[in-house]
Amino acid sequence: MIEIISASRCTDCNICVKVCPANVFEAAEGGHPVIARQNDCQTCFLCEIYCPADALYVSPIADGPVGVTESQVEAQGLFGSYARELHWNEGRAGGTEQDPTRELRNFL
Amino acid sequence: MANPKAEAATTPYLAADVLVLGGGPAGAWAALVAAQAGSKVILADKGFFGTSGATAPSNTGTWCVPPGPQRRAAIEKRAPRTAGLADPECAERVLAETYAGLLELAEWGYAFPRDPLDGSLYIANLRGPDYMRFMRKLVKGAGVKVLDHHPALELIQDADGVAGAAGLDRQGGRPWRIAAGAVVLATGGCAFGERMLGATGLTGDGYLMGAEAGARLSGMEFSAQYGIAPARTSLNKGLLYRWATFYDAERRPIDLGPGERQIGVAKALLKGAVFARFDQADAQVQDWLRRGQPNCFLPFDRQGIDPFAELFEVTLRCEGTVRGLGGIRLASAGGATDVTGLFAAGDVASREPLNGAISGGGGPNASWAIASGRAAGRSAHLFAALYRRHMKVRADARAEAIHARRSQEEPRHGMAVAATGGLDVNSIVEGVRAEMLPLDRHFFRTDDSLRNSSIALDSLWAATSTGYSGQDSVLRRREASALLATARWSVAAARLRRESRGIHRRTDAPAADPAFAHRIEIRGIGKPQLSLTPGPQVLASAA
Repeated sequence: MIEIISASRCTDCNICVKVCPANVFEAAEGGHPVIARQNDCQTCFLCEIYCPADALYVSPIADGPVGVTESQVEAQGLFGSYARELHWNEGRAGGTEQDPTRELRNFL
Repeated sequence: MANPKAEAATTPYLAADVLVLGGGPAGAWAALVAAQAGSKVILADKGFFGTSGATAPSNTGTWCVPPGPQRRAAIEKRAPRTAGLADPECAERVLAETYAGLLELAEWGYAFPRDPLDGSLYIANLRGPDYMRFMRKLVKGAGVKVLDHHPALELIQDADGVAGAAGLDRQGGRPWRIAAGAVVLATGGCAFGERMLGATGLTGDGYLMGAEAGARLSGMEFSAQYGIAPARTSLNKGLLYRWATFYDAERRPIDLGPGERQIGVAKALLKGAVFARFDQADAQVQDWLRRGQPNCFLPFDRQGIDPFAELFEVTLRCEGTVRGLGGIRLASAGGATDVTGLFAAGDVASREPLNGAISGGGGPNASWAIASGRAAGRSAHLFAALYRRHMKVRADARAEAIHARRSQEEPRHGMAVAATGGLDVNSIVEGVRAEMLPLDRHFFRTDDSLRNSSIALDSLWAATSTGYSGQDSVLRRREASALLATARWSVAAARLRRESRGIHRRTDAPAADPAFAHRIEIRGIGKPQLSLTPGPQVLASAA
C-alpha cells in the first residue's frame, strides 16, 4: 500500500492525484497532496514511476498498512527504485527496448 | 436524487458518436479504431486511462503468431486444452487482429526490443506501464476526448437501444451524462474484491450495466483462476514460478504433481503454509528475470529477501474473471452484444470463444483485448454512422432520453440509500470476499459449498434490494452491487455445471461429462435465468 509522500521531495505537482487509478490521493490547498484513501490502494506501484520527484513509496504489503517511515525508506535508497529499474526517469517513460523478457518466454 | 427530473435538467451532458467505457487495452483500441475511422469518440474511465486495469501494472506477452501455416498449427496445438468450448475461427480472428495491431504499434513508435542477433523487432511482449501510456498518447492524438475519474454508473436506453450512459465525475463531485450513437463496454472483469494488481477498479461494473440493459452473460462459472503471489503482496505474476521449487510448512519440497502448478499449490495451501524459492534459475535467467520483471522483485527487495537463495511464503490470489473468463456473450465477431447499440470488448466480454474453459493465460488474454477492442471499435463506428444517416430524426429524442429516465424502469440495485435497514458497502464486499476468495469454496467446489455460497449471496442481495445503509457514495454502492451480482452469476452457473472442466473444479464431480459440452448462458439479475447452449464441439459433431 502507499505509505509515504516525502515532504522533502514532493513538489506539489499533484500528478499522483491525477494518475492514481484508485483515487487514493487528494490535493490539498497550498500544500502537499495527502493520502486520503489508503485502504483503496491496489499496490500497483504506478504512482511511484509517474512521480517526477521520486517522492512516493509503496510498501509491497497489500493487505494493510505497515507504518514504514520516510527515513527508513531514504536510508534503504528505495525512493524511485522501481522507476530506475524500469528506466523511467523523472516521471517520463522509457526502457522497453531493453526489456529482456523475450528471453524468458523461450522457456515456456 | 429526490427529484430525478430536476437533477437531470441541471446535469451537463456531452454527445458522441461512440462512447467507450473503460481505459484498459480493449477500451483504448476500441476508441483508437473508432476515432481513426472518423467517429467522434469519448472515452470515460473510472480511474486514469493509462494506469487503470490489470494490464498497466504488468508486463504481458501476447499470443502473436505471424501469418502462414504456423498460425493454424498454433491454434490446433492449443485446441485440446480449451476443453471443447472454444471456437477455432475465433482464434484465427484474434491472431490476425493482434498481429495487425502490434505491427501498427511498431510503426507508430512503441519501442519494442530488437533481437540481438538479427536486429528484428520482438513485438510479442508489451510492458504494461509503457504500453498503456503509449495508448493514451495515440488515443488523444486521434482526437478522442478522454475523461479520467469518470466512472459510469448505468447505461441509458431509448426505444432504439442503448443511447448513452450516466456516471459520476468522482474528483469533481458531479454527475455526468453522455448521449452516444453506440456504446462500447470495456470496463474489465471482476476480481471479487481480491487485493491483486489492477483489482480495485475491477468490480464487474460492465457485467451489471450490460445485464441491466438486457445483455446475456456466458461462462460465468469459469471464474476460479488464481495466481501465485508472495504472501500479503499484490504481485500475482506467474512467470517467475517457472523457476521455483515449492516447500511445505516443514520446509520439505512439495511434488506438485502433473497439470497446472496452481492446483498443487492450492492443495498444499489447504494443509498449511507454502513457501517457494526460485532455485531453478541460473545466473543468466536471474539477470533476465530481474531486468524483465522488476515489479515482481519489489516484494523481495523491499523486505530484504533474496528469492533465489531464501524461502519466502506464497499465497494464491483470486483473479476471478480477470484472468479466468466469463462475461457478456458476444453476439457477433464484431463485438456486438444482444442489445442494440451496445458493444463489448476485453475482459467484460466472455472469452469462452477464444479460451474455452481455461484461463488462457496472459498472452491470449492480452491478444483478446487488442483484437476484441479493435473489432468493437470498428463495429461501433459503423453502427453510429448508420444511426446518424438513417435515424437522424431520433437524435434529438436520444438526447431527451438522457435527460429523462423512463418512469417504468426498474430501480437499479445499489443506486438507492435505504430508508431503514439495508447493509453497508463494507458488509457486501466482505460478504462477497468470504464466498469467492477461499480455496475450499471457490478454487475447489462442491454442490454443498456452492449451495451455501448461493444462500449467503442471495441474502446479501435481498438485504440491499431496496437500498444500502451507511454513508458510502453511489459509486461505492454500485461497485458493491456489481461484485455481488457477478458472484451470484458465477455461483449459479457453477451449480448447474455438475462436472469438472477447465478451471471449474468440482471435487464431487472430478471428471468432464460429455453431456456438459455446452456453454451456460445467463440472463437477468434479481432472478437469473440459466440456459445451456451447445458448445462448438457438440455443434461440429452434429453437423
